Amino acid sequence: MLKYIRRKLIHLIPITFAVTALSFFFVDMLPGDVADAIAGVGTDNSVIDEAAIEEIRKDLGLNRPVIVRYFSWLAGVFTGEFGKSYQTGQLVSEAIAIRLPVTLQLLIMAQFLAVLFAIPAGIITAYKAGKFTDKCITTITFAFLAAPSFIIAIILAFLFAVTLNWFPATGYIPFSEDPLGNLRSFTLPSLALALIEWPILSRVLRNDLIETLQQDYILMAKAKGLSNFYILMRHALRPSSFTLITVIGIQLGNLISGAVIVESIFALPGVGTLLVNSIHSREILMVQGIIVIMAIAYVIINLVVDILYGVLDPRVRE
Amino acid sequence: MAGLLLEVVSLVTSLATKSGKLNAVDEVSFKIDRGQSFGIVGESGSGKSVLSRTIIRVHAENRIVSTKGEIIFEGRNLLSLPEKEMRKIRGREIAMVFQNPMSSLNPVKKIGEQIVEVLIQKLGLSRTDSRYRAIELMNSMGIAESEKQLSNYPMNLSGGMRQRIAIAIAMAPEPKLLIADEPTTALDVTIQGQILNLLQEQTNKFNTAIILISHNLGVISRYTDRVAVMYSGQFVEESATAELMKNPMMPYTSALMRSVPDLTSPPHTKLRAIDGMPPSLLETPQGCRFQERCQGVRDKCFSEMPEIILNGGDHRYRCWYPLEN
Ligand SMILES: Nc1ncnc2c1ncn2[C@@H]1O[C@H](COP(=O)(O)OP(=O)(O)OP(=O)(O)O)[C@@H](O)[C@H]1O
Ligand code: SF4
Ligand SMILES: [Mg+2]
Repeated sequence: MLKYIRRKLIHLIPITFAVTALSFFFVDMLPGDVADAIAGVGTDNSVIDEAAIEEIRKDLGLNRPVIVRYFSWLAGVFTGEFGKSYQTGQLVSEAIAIRLPVTLQLLIMAQFLAVLFAIPAGIITAYKAGKFTDKCITTITFAFLAAPSFIIAIILAFLFAVTLNWFPATGYIPFSEDPLGNLRSFTLPSLALALIEWPILSRVLRNDLIETLQQDYILMAKAKGLSNFYILMRHALRPSSFTLITVIGIQLGNLISGAVIVESIFALPGVGTLLVNSIHSREILMVQGIIVIMAIAYVIINLVVDILYGVLDPRVRE
Repeated sequence: MAGLLLEVVSLVTSLATKSGKLNAVDEVSFKIDRGQSFGIVGESGSGKSVLSRTIIRVHAENRIVSTKGEIIFEGRNLLSLPEKEMRKIRGREIAMVFQNPMSSLNPVKKIGEQIVEVLIQKLGLSRTDSRYRAIELMNSMGIAESEKQLSNYPMNLSGGMRQRIAIAIAMAPEPKLLIADEPTTALDVTIQGQILNLLQEQTNKFNTAIILISHNLGVISRYTDRVAVMYSGQFVEESATAELMKNPMMPYTSALMRSVPDLTSPPHTKLRAIDGMPPSLLETPQGCRFQERCQGVRDKCFSEMPEIILNGGDHRYRCWYPLEN
């Protein structure tokens, strides 16, 4: 197992290398740079002073070629230095550390809700496959699949925050200050993500369950006189959750892009908003830091998924 | 302790398949006494499995089944019982052993759990008691180191051992009827005899009646009191086993007998298979269903279906021109 984890971690190196290089050059290719942003280029009342901007560039070291800048950043990463914001001087690692818990909480709550919806839906649709109930739920899942996350977020905000006033529409309350308020402030954003997420999980579980229900050992369980509910939960669910676990892992990665949108709509100060702002203001180092974190998260998720396979099925353990 | 246990009357089981509706079991009637061992023999596709699954009302999930007739078990018609009542009978009064122990045990559940769940749910034992009982059961099935096996998964066991576990599960509640659908076909030849002996020993011990399904008349002749020959969804001959082996009346039965590998012949001796194929159940011919393969076929066989009739004693067969022995 340890050997296996080490192998996974070694994978991390080329992945991080490739992804960070790509994103570095990509952000660099965008028109304008952070010096423009500092000098206020693009705002209405700006007076463009080329000499001043050039001065700022020189101060920040932006006048060096992009390759040089990338490798000097990379050298820093190996010594644990992720650089700092050009504009505010805040350490990249610090900026991310402050915002990471917000995004993590959002993703975990979203995934939790998604699984909470998907498991019963998957079980019911598989059990009633081809029947009316299955068709109804399937139609609903497709409707959610087709809806973009920002539409769902806006509808939720309108319904539960503006009209019913059950949850706050925007804002973030730290858990340490007010646990209940914190959960309330995360409810709508995570629900918005969960709603686009659960249909996929439910479909995946349904398909695997239908296959499992054909197996001889399910017939045998029935012949033992066990109840259908017991058979579904205790005989069929576990061998049917492989694809589910895999997809949950993949989707956790994909949800990060959803988080960007949802964090903006609900004004949550997470990594998603930080990423958007950093790209806008061409804060390359900040973008890089976030991407490294995402790559690490990706590998960890993969690792956890692989470990779960072994937990689920003794045959994988051998 | 004789007495009637099960009476099947004019049972018809229809399956909805992609190519249409077919009667996999067609007008089948028979009786089984308490403690009796009843064999059903026939070629692949003759409907043996569908018949046995109709009795216990457990069918593969995806096909729609409709049934006609009666299955009277201890005075109650199983076909008209509500599902909830039927579930009480399953695994308690009527148990089943499946053909392939490689696929009939849940691969991701420990052996112990698969035995214990029946003891808890069907016999109401406590968790601790059921553990001891499971060990006892496994011991009496000839499973070595049974306590250790409790926490094993099926993959850790050989086919023969798995089938012993399946028999332990089936026999745990001391059922009145055990259905064993080709319980040894998937096993190594050297193990087959052991498993059949175990089944015989266990069912005798609890006066459990057994329906033993097999392709092999040799097996049937050794382990059953009565036997029915099934062909194309119908019973074509039924009698006491010794009588049938001595005096087969229906040509199909004697053809089957000739195709049996002698129990003394080395394994994998080539079978003298019966020429031709049984008719498709989607379009069964008018007249006798064995007509195309029968060597004694005559005109009447093509136009009229022979009824299954009693020929003195309790030897029944379905043939216009029975063999003269
Ligand atoms: N899943 C299925 N879908 C459609 N038809 C089926 C299915 N299973 C069985 N049948 C039909 O029912 C008939 C009887 O099948 P059954 O499995 O009872 O035969 P069997 O005598 O048990 O054969 P075997 O010796 O191979 O187990 C088959 O000929 C087939 O036409
Ligand atoms: S009825 Fe005719 S075809 Fe059928 S088994 Fe008897 S002799 Fe053969
Ligand atoms: Mg069969």
